[in-house]
Amino acid sequence: MSASATARRVAVAAERKHSLHRQRLWALWGSYIALGVFVFMFLVPPFYTLITSLKSSAEISAQTGSPWLVHHPTLDNFWYLITYPNFQTYYLNSVLVTILVVAVSMVISVLAAFSLSRMGFWGSQTLSTGVFLTYLIPPSLLFIPLFQIIGAIGLINNFWCLVLLYPTLAVPFCTWIMIGYFSSIPKELDEAALIDGAGYLQILWRIFIPVAMPGIIAATIFAFTVSWGAFLYPLAYLYTSNQMVLTVGIISDLIRGDVFQWGKIMAACLLASLPPIVIYAFLMDYYVAGLTAGATKG
Amino acid sequence: MADGTSIPIGAIAPGKTAGRRGTMRKFAQRRSTIGFLLCLPLILLIAGFVIYPAFYAIYLSMLNKKMTAFVGLGNFAFLLQRHTFQLVIFQSCLFAITAVVLKAFIGFILAHLMHNIPGKNQRIWRGLLLVPWVIPLALSTLTWWWMFDPSYSAFNWVLNQFGLANVPWLGVGWIARFCTITVNVWFGTPFFMIMYLAALKSVPEQLYEAASIDGAGTMQKLFFVTLPMMRNIIAITVLFSLIVTFADFDIVRILTAGGPQDMTHVFATYAFQVGIQSGDIPLGASVSLFMFPILAFAAFFVLRGVTQRTKEIAT
Repeated sequence: MSASATARRVAVAAERKHSLHRQRLWALWGSYIALGVFVFMFLVPPFYTLITSLKSSAEISAQTGSPWLVHHPTLDNFWYLITYPNFQTYYLNSVLVTILVVAVSMVISVLAAFSLSRMGFWGSQTLSTGVFLTYLIPPSLLFIPLFQIIGAIGLINNFWCLVLLYPTLAVPFCTWIMIGYFSSIPKELDEAALIDGAGYLQILWRIFIPVAMPGIIAATIFAFTVSWGAFLYPLAYLYTSNQMVLTVGIISDLIRGDVFQWGKIMAACLLASLPPIVIYAFLMDYYVAGLTAGATKG
Repeated sequence: MADGTSIPIGAIAPGKTAGRRGTMRKFAQRRSTIGFLLCLPLILLIAGFVIYPAFYAIYLSMLNKKMTAFVGLGNFAFLLQRHTFQLVIFQSCLFAITAVVLKAFIGFILAHLMHNIPGKNQRIWRGLLLVPWVIPLALSTLTWWWMFDPSYSAFNWVLNQFGLANVPWLGVGWIARFCTITVNVWFGTPFFMIMYLAALKSVPEQLYEAASIDGAGTMQKLFFVTLPMMRNIIAITVLFSLIVTFADFDIVRILTAGGPQDMTHVFATYAFQVGIQSGDIPLGASVSLFMFPILAFAAFFVLRGVTQRTKEIAT
């Protein structure tokens, strides 16, 4: 009798374990299905960009059949853009502006973060708070007075004004990320270096930058993203096609009056989104780590 | 605040002899001078292109259109009386609040779904979900515009397949407002997802085990363990996103340019139209400045949240 009771208890326990297992499996599959639905919804616009970019203007305006499919795929749109001098100019301008902005922003923010995380001076606490507050200022708050200022400097309709202005958007957050990473480096490390007779710049270059490399990568990607995708400043300050960058160039050049060359516009969007997509595909982990660290700790 | 001054200068082994104290002080002085010099580019940048423009904006907003006479608060009073500007205030708030609530909600669900699946698969799913956020917003909004196009709308084709009538996506006020919010939610949700996912991962597993032993259900775990542990991150992310969304320019500018009948204008696009396109710089500057109170309000709470969070981590 006691043996059969034990057997029953074991059976019940096994069944409960089994049902728990099944419940977990259901939760897992449910999560996958729900995620699949979300991914599908999120990827509809990029997919449609790709589909449209492969169509000829005739196929787009014919309106026969589903717009979600491409019947006669062609690379003409891409070929047109690659050989189109204006588009080449936009691309080159974007690349040039971005490289300069990233370089300038990183130099400014790494130096400042090193100083703010290690060397106290009068007002350094206020400054680091101020840097964070600057990060919260959106570009649309100050673009009109900046329009006047840029005009006074004589850089209206000159992409060099972007090289001056984009760092104001990138530097605060880059500095903030770097302060976080630098603060986490043990102080014994730089004290030891100081005792060995290293200068501050040597400490920064030989110890801080190599140790905080993940943070540097995250900050670089941030500066790149800001500078590659910004739209308001170039739209407000640039108006001839030899000075434009990609975001405004595509919109103002390929949209002429009411004639929309959608195939070419979508191909241009794809080509312009390529650098960020490639960079994120390889370095996403660093960026996500830096971003979440930036918001969760100081 | 990211404990800035790491080594309090006075605390470095107070020297016993006067001579040593002098050297110490000289060392500290030199240290802080170098520190200041390293910060100088940052200070110049912020002073020149953030602080100066901010005060200049206040000055500009008090001039008349030709910038010849001082009108005090005339521009602000004029704006508040205009029906269009009242619409702008309403729409900016509607746009920001609806979009942020939706983003926070969907982002929370997505983060939980991601947290459910095994870690090794998370990377690829996260990559796919982050695509909207990776493409520059101005460019992806163009695609949305094309999908909402009145005569070639891909969405309308799908609706027609189900026997439904065409929808004038960007042609009717409330539908256009809905479209701008949709695009913003599409773009911004991934950001919430990664922030919440990071927060979820930082909740200690023991808390859930303890709750299970005490007999808590899934819902109870959510409300009494997960949400309290994530409270700070949720607050920071929401407030931060509120600032960004409130000041958004790209979506409305490209999708509707403020139309139909100014029913989608937000502060940024209206300031652009008034200040740059119509050339009324002072009025444009005052439109932008109207954003300042709400931004300052949100910024204050973000800063407080971040400071608290830092203290929590430090202790």
